[in-house]
Amino acid sequence: MNQEPLWSIFINASLVNNFVLAYFLGICPFLGVSSKLDTAARMGGAVTFVMFVSSICAFGIQLLLVAIDAPYLKLISFIAVIASTVQLVEMFIKKFSPALFRALGIFLPLITTNCAILGLALFQTNKGYGFLQCIVYALGAGAGFTLALVLIAGLREKLELAEVPEVTRGTALALMLAGLLSVSFMGFGGLGG
Amino acid sequence: MATSTKTTTDEFIKGLWKENPVFVQVLGMCPVLAVSNTAINALAMGLATAFVLIMSNIVVSLLRSFIPKEVRIATYILVIATFVTVVDYVIQAISLDLYKALGAFISLIVVNCLILGRAEAFASKNTVVRSTMDGLGMGIGFAFALLCLGAVREILGSGSLFGVELFHDSFQDWVVMVLPSGGFFTLAGWLLLFNWMKQRKAKKEQSAALTLAGEAAQ
Repeated sequence: MNQEPLWSIFINASLVNNFVLAYFLGICPFLGVSSKLDTAARMGGAVTFVMFVSSICAFGIQLLLVAIDAPYLKLISFIAVIASTVQLVEMFIKKFSPALFRALGIFLPLITTNCAILGLALFQTNKGYGFLQCIVYALGAGAGFTLALVLIAGLREKLELAEVPEVTRGTALALMLAGLLSVSFMGFGGLGG
Repeated sequence: MATSTKTTTDEFIKGLWKENPVFVQVLGMCPVLAVSNTAINALAMGLATAFVLIMSNIVVSLLRSFIPKEVRIATYILVIATFVTVVDYVIQAISLDLYKALGAFISLIVVNCLILGRAEAFASKNTVVRSTMDGLGMGIGFAFALLCLGAVREILGSGSLFGVELFHDSFQDWVVMVLPSGGFFTLAGWLLLFNWMKQRKAKKEQSAALTLAGEAAQ
């Protein structure tokens, strides 16, 4: 069992080893939904929630798989759980907040193929975290994802008004921004111990 | 839908260059950035993804008339996950070092949007032969793009290519290229190059059309 303290897990997952900027997980929504600050923040919230739920489920599944000795089913069962969690969240949001449902649009079902979530489930089993550690890890990763998304959305909103050379418009510019953000996040190195 | 005039060779060629999954469609970015820090990692990842892509294209295309519309995405994901599990164990058997270097990113091939995208957009509507060619082209195009990134990052970041030292000892490594931010910068650089080439071509065509129009007017 891993004995890492909870606060260190949180700092590590959100800042030092930020899922987007250090592990390159969840790049698709990072580039796709990051042109408006408002949507970016909501997307971050939805992803954090899905991470939280699927982290708990993945913990349970891992226990079960170890019990029945079938490690080769790990990937298939994880992805099935994530897909159904996303479906559940979608139905829940549709029922209770139709406005948010419309704002997120196509990106809500696409959370299923967000590698950050499957990545989280795989990392937590690889690291052998306990139940509480898993929850903190999921929350930290979600917070880090939201932070990265909001930061780049803010930058891109400003850039809308700036005059940039025509070749750099679009994805290339967003990638360069992400590179700069990634450099600045390296400054957090060593913080989590 | 593919038009009937297209030959199977065309399906193969388009993935290599004109519709290159990474440089043109910007799909499947996560593994592209994460494991392209050395050329050998990039090549292994590219080949693994190509294998999964080809196999899933074949299976999805074979089953395309049996899969009900409502559960198609879930079915595709299960097909893909099966092949990824196979690849995962194969790489572990061939080279443990490579397996450790690639880490969780082999499993993460499951959520590569390129594979699901090809299954949904192409294999579910086309014959087995066509889908195989499409998978082959896209897969090789993807591996090629990964290799482009990996080579640049390894040459600049550690002064070597496929582990062979290229420069004299006095070469100062660009450490930033091996770090995560280097991945973003390198990909941005390649995209800039492609944008520039596209723009130049468009300008050339435009000026050619203008001269033609001018000659016609005279």
